[in-house]
Amino acid sequence: MPLTLLVNGVEHIVDVPSDQKLLYVLREDLGLTGAKYGCGEGQCGACTVLLEGKPVRSCLASVSAVAGKKITTIEGLEQNGQLHPVQEAFLKVEAFQCAYCTSGMIVSAVGLLGKNPRPTDPQIIEFMEGNVCRCGTYPRILEAIRLAASARMS
Amino acid sequence: MSQQTNPDLVLEEREHDVTPRVKYGFELHRRDFFKLLGGGMVVLCAGAAMAQESRSRPRDEDELPQAISAWLHITEDGSVTVYTGKVEMGQNIRTSLTQQVAEELRAPLGAIHLIMGDTFLTPYDMGTFGSRTTPTMGPQLRNISAMARENLIDLAAQRWKTNRSSFIAQDGKISDPQSKKSISYGELTKGQELVTVIGDDPTLEPPSQWRIAGTATPKVDGRAFVTGKHQYTSDMTRPGMLYGKVLRAPAFRASLKSCDSREAEKIPGVTVVRDGNFVGVAAPDSFTAGRAIKLIRAEWSAPPQTSEATLFQDVRKPATGETDAPGGPPKYAAGSIEKGFAAADKTLKQTYTVAYIAHTPLEPRAAVAEWQDGKLTVWTGTQRPFAVRDELAQAFHISSQKVRVMVPDTGSAYGGKHTGDAALEAARLAKAAGKPVKLIWTREEEFTWAYFRPAGAIDVKSGVRNDGTVVAWQFDNYNSGPSGLRPAYEIANQHIEFHPADPPLRQGSYRGLAAPANHFAREVHMDELAHLVGMEPLEFRLKNLTDSRARAVLQAAAQKFGWGREKNSSTRGFGIAVGTEKGSYVATCVEVEIDRSAVRVKRVAEAFECGAVVNPNGLRNQISGAIMMGLGGALFEAIHFDNGGILNPHLAEYRVPRFSDMPQIDLEVLDRKDLSPAGAGETPIMALAPAVSNAIFAASGICLRSLPMVPEGLPKAG
Repeated sequence: MPLTLLVNGVEHIVDVPSDQKLLYVLREDLGLTGAKYGCGEGQCGACTVLLEGKPVRSCLASVSAVAGKKITTIEGLEQNGQLHPVQEAFLKVEAFQCAYCTSGMIVSAVGLLGKNPRPTDPQIIEFMEGNVCRCGTYPRILEAIRLAASARMS
Repeated sequence: MSQQTNPDLVLEEREHDVTPRVKYGFELHRRDFFKLLGGGMVVLCAGAAMAQESRSRPRDEDELPQAISAWLHITEDGSVTVYTGKVEMGQNIRTSLTQQVAEELRAPLGAIHLIMGDTFLTPYDMGTFGSRTTPTMGPQLRNISAMARENLIDLAAQRWKTNRSSFIAQDGKISDPQSKKSISYGELTKGQELVTVIGDDPTLEPPSQWRIAGTATPKVDGRAFVTGKHQYTSDMTRPGMLYGKVLRAPAFRASLKSCDSREAEKIPGVTVVRDGNFVGVAAPDSFTAGRAIKLIRAEWSAPPQTSEATLFQDVRKPATGETDAPGGPPKYAAGSIEKGFAAADKTLKQTYTVAYIAHTPLEPRAAVAEWQDGKLTVWTGTQRPFAVRDELAQAFHISSQKVRVMVPDTGSAYGGKHTGDAALEAARLAKAAGKPVKLIWTREEEFTWAYFRPAGAIDVKSGVRNDGTVVAWQFDNYNSGPSGLRPAYEIANQHIEFHPADPPLRQGSYRGLAAPANHFAREVHMDELAHLVGMEPLEFRLKNLTDSRARAVLQAAAQKFGWGREKNSSTRGFGIAVGTEKGSYVATCVEVEIDRSAVRVKRVAEAFECGAVVNPNGLRNQISGAIMMGLGGALFEAIHFDNGGILNPHLAEYRVPRFSDMPQIDLEVLDRKDLSPAGAGETPIMALAPAVSNAIFAASGICLRSLPMVPEGLPKAG
């Protein structure tokens, strides 16, 4: 049965099995490959997207459960050629190495700052605990999130 | 830079992989270049470290050398394309190599584009491993860039009919301050078909004069990564592409007894392939591919296999096969070990072990394969595109010239992507389906069917004088590997040996190879010896160390950390370790906090020296990342296995370092502008685990000699 997905402000009608996971529909049907497959079991955060502003693991979310809800992917953060402050901060701090985790990190951080615009370091660490950077760029990611928070405040 | 083949490098190359390597020349004629690229100027590098046999000059001006290691093309519009077989996987060489080209060519960074790891376009390259890019590819690119710059100056001199001595090359232009004339590189190369081959090193800018190299240049294409636009292999699509999936056996070394795939074949659009022990499907989407695989009924038989319980006995059994190292496995001796022990006041004998661990690159193995007219094109994330090309050619019984392997900048590898498994599987499926196929391994496949950092046991027997002089050093490594086998310490009597075994699990290269394991054994043992003679660990090390670079990092790390400022207590301990490998030096100081059985690494200070620094920003990222990654192997990472199966093939069961494991990290980078740059991707990981063990020992008196050290928390003293 066709479902409506609202991704980055655009409506998409997709005809996929209702238990198909959102990640694969984004990547294979909508051509939005910014969200990555890292583990397929919600343990690494590489596939993170925002659902009504809240970070979710798209590898676990069935399309039927997210149909009609507002979904934001990494591709939807840039507005009119202007990077989101979190993207700007990641770029400035160079908070990545191979950068495969970066989409998920940025999207999670956007979700965090949406909920808590001035998080403390322990709050950032706790919130981001589900996102793995195997290259070990955590100190810079923490720094980038701090920077984005202060940039949004000023 | 030495052009000699270093015997250690030959050994290390073997340690990196068991795959046989076939070396092919790069057959191109001058006219081919310009047919392929359009006009302009080409500078080829031949005669560098990896292509020594190519030093002879071409027979005629149209024929180019058989072995080229890198080349550069300046087009008629002034843009610069550089071709290297190295690949980018997060170590940031696309940026650091671009800087080095810009430095010598005097061209803006934005005008330079690197084509990397493409077996049709880039020269043969053994692979991106062993921290070799910076010491070998860097100078080659600086050489060709310097040569190109000199050629451009000559062209300008010809055009202006003036002596070139006062000309300045800068920002992609040649200018003559006397006549105030200026001309861009593009204008100079327009209408030209100029090829230069360089064999010997032209004069290079010394690092102390660098203006672009040596600076914190931001990552090339950084924006593509923060916007999700960068296409990794796993993100690619091709027209008509199908999605592949492979049926996996329940155990290693299993063979297929029977296979019924009729139900899977009934699904529209599904192709099932059975070829020997390989069973796989290709389907229009990954969901259908997954469904089809589940419908296949297969019976397998597997031989009984060893288990983790006997691992450290198994690794001590000598290898049954022939060792491929000439003269047998590595062995080093100095002085007389017997005399050394006789001269010692105290002796110590201990065994250290390291577990199998998994690279866990966040982008799993992936490949997109496409056949056209008997020719195969594969995009895949591998560290060895040319070796993968040869694997493919061999597997499909075609000439390697019919196989093109391309490596999009990859989602990390850490030594774990030397082979072409996913490429072979995708190509087999694509051949059967008659359409391009993409295959992305699942995390479970990655944990099970890739290969591991070798487990091993290391016996150390030593003798020390009461004044702290180490006089005897016997070091036997079983299965873990020969890298970093020899100490940096001055020890008069040594016997050091690597003993290969038949590996219980598939094993291969890992960041730093065996050097982290050998440093772990050596540096923990050094603390035990210091304790034995009642000396302070830093003082004890310095007493036995004459290498000035090793002493410098040790002292720098101690200073950065504030070593000795605070006393060890039962809840807080401080540890230190030092090492050298691959031409770079590292020393690490660690503070641990112990709360009952919970051990936390609270603070790490590391000093690192790799000669002249090419990009301090990228370098710091690598060092800090190596420390984070090293914490996993030090504290909790271990692959568990039983009878040919992996017991923890998921991230929920295989713990990797996360945000909450992050210590405070303070780095001291020693920039030695008087030395050639060395690689930096591996050595920064090596001193961490022993420093952690030494810190735990300092606090608790418990010496942990097995990696990982505290998977279940601190064991009771005993």
